[in-house]
Amino acid sequence: MYEKSVTELQRGLRAREFSSVELVESCLARVEALNGRLNCLITVTPERALEQARAADKRLAAGDAGPLTGIPLLHKDIFCTRGVRTSCGSRMLDNFIAPYDASVVERLDAAGMCQLGKTNMDEFAMGSSTESSYYGPTRNPWDLERVPGGSSGGSAAAIAARLGPLATCTDTGGSIRQPAAMCGVTGIKPTYGRVSRYGMVAFASSLDQGGAMARSAEDAAFLLAAMSGFDERDSTSIERGVDDYPAMLSQDIAGLRIGVPKEYFDQGLDSGVADRVREALAEFERRGAVISDISLPHAPLSIPTYYVVAPAECSSNLSRYDGVRFGYRAENPSDLLDMYKRSRSEGFGAEVKRRIMVGTYVLSAGYYDAYYLKAQKLRRRISEDFQKAFEHVDVIAGPTAPGVAFKIGEKTDDPVTMYLCDVYTTGVNLAGLPAASIPVGFSDGLPVGLHLIGDYFQEGRLLNAAHQYQQITDWHRQMPRGID
Amino acid sequence: MSIDADEIARIAHLARLEIGDEALARTTEELANILAFVGRMDAVDTADVTPMAHPLDQNQRLREDHITETDRRDAFQAGAPAVENGLYLVPKVLD
Repeated sequence: MYEKSVTELQRGLRAREFSSVELVESCLARVEALNGRLNCLITVTPERALEQARAADKRLAAGDAGPLTGIPLLHKDIFCTRGVRTSCGSRMLDNFIAPYDASVVERLDAAGMCQLGKTNMDEFAMGSSTESSYYGPTRNPWDLERVPGGSSGGSAAAIAARLGPLATCTDTGGSIRQPAAMCGVTGIKPTYGRVSRYGMVAFASSLDQGGAMARSAEDAAFLLAAMSGFDERDSTSIERGVDDYPAMLSQDIAGLRIGVPKEYFDQGLDSGVADRVREALAEFERRGAVISDISLPHAPLSIPTYYVVAPAECSSNLSRYDGVRFGYRAENPSDLLDMYKRSRSEGFGAEVKRRIMVGTYVLSAGYYDAYYLKAQKLRRRISEDFQKAFEHVDVIAGPTAPGVAFKIGEKTDDPVTMYLCDVYTTGVNLAGLPAASIPVGFSDGLPVGLHLIGDYFQEGRLLNAAHQYQQITDWHRQMPRGID
Repeated sequence: MSIDADEIARIAHLARLEIGDEALARTTEELANILAFVGRMDAVDTADVTPMAHPLDQNQRLREDHITETDRRDAFQAGAPAVENGLYLVPKVLD
């Protein structure tokens, strides 16, 4: 059952080949068998999943079911789930039981999905490897000594290991796309403002966006469609109708103009990754796409710009964690200042504290112009580069990450080494564009991802292009050995 | 851009973080490296560029000034470290 696509699950449920309860039970059995080794889930919610499955079976019997009714789901532990621990991979929120549901959670509950549990992540979404989680790293199902990528590593690994068919995730600098690439699955981050951030714990408010992780573009399309839409409770939510992503999948891509930035293919890119990307582009050409070279002149400045903007916004967002109203409070504080300092210093891990420090510095008097204001100006230039490119191409493509999954502990000595993982992905968040990663083969036995960037609100086109590629290739159907 | 221990202490205080003596040297070095790395931004002249705060250049959406929130204080305080009579308790502030 764990190999079935969402479409096959929909068919099977309606034909009564199996019930939602049986489907959920099979997922929970896989979680039981594999989570100890992989550490994908921080919290498992079997009672909730089965309760929702029973309700889904009733809806299915009454003919009152939608496309996702009865389908199991995993939530990245950054989405507030009422009555269930929402930890953000941090000691700071280890004791936090969310008193409300995120908008995304509400929508997917209403669609009839069944919550299996909360997935592991880099602490407060800050990282590219899921190693900074208070709950320990998640292991890449393709090689247990390697990282799954991050920050949505738990979701990506869970999908790759077939613990469930669909998972929510978030992306601020690449945190959906890079783990999708490292785990050989499909992940999509939509346009900024497409998915409500209400109840999605904030890291960097002008960059954060929720999205979908699945084994195929087709599966992801169902999830993203259900997650998307205007929400009054998110003041950055965009008032615009949601395209019917599943209906757009089968459109012909003959004539699709794909631009490949020359800045991406420099000496920092692993040659095996570069080869798989070029082979994938050749497949697109076989489907009728037209490939051309483009330039994104400010692309090399995406990471420095991002690592000013994101820490700055994080230092502001994380100032709410003070031990007063919720979350971790240090024991026996001597005074209020001691309570603030020790609660935060004991509650947060090293990378979070580093980014808060950087952010505080770049926003402080005397440095604001040189760093934060400068970064905001470069942000505009980076965004303009994309807009100029989209005058001539429909989609921009390249590698998602400069290498394949690295070993646990390999990049934790020097923070900047880890930051360089984000070279291709951060520009997208700065510009607010939609982008996806799809598996396009292997290098040294590890998955390689192709990065597809679209213009604003072109999620349907991205999923369509990815789906057409997945019709003539089967990288997305590969399964890690030893996980069965 | 060099950064010294005093600066680190100042920033840590602003951020309400404690950097212990053992961690001070490493923190100073790490921050100096990160700041040197982001200093690459200086390579490009951006004198006449308008800063971009929102990726789609949208402004803050406004709404009518009507009360829409309900009182859920009990639910929110259920997970609080220390409460009394609807108030959050903290170490004494005033002597």
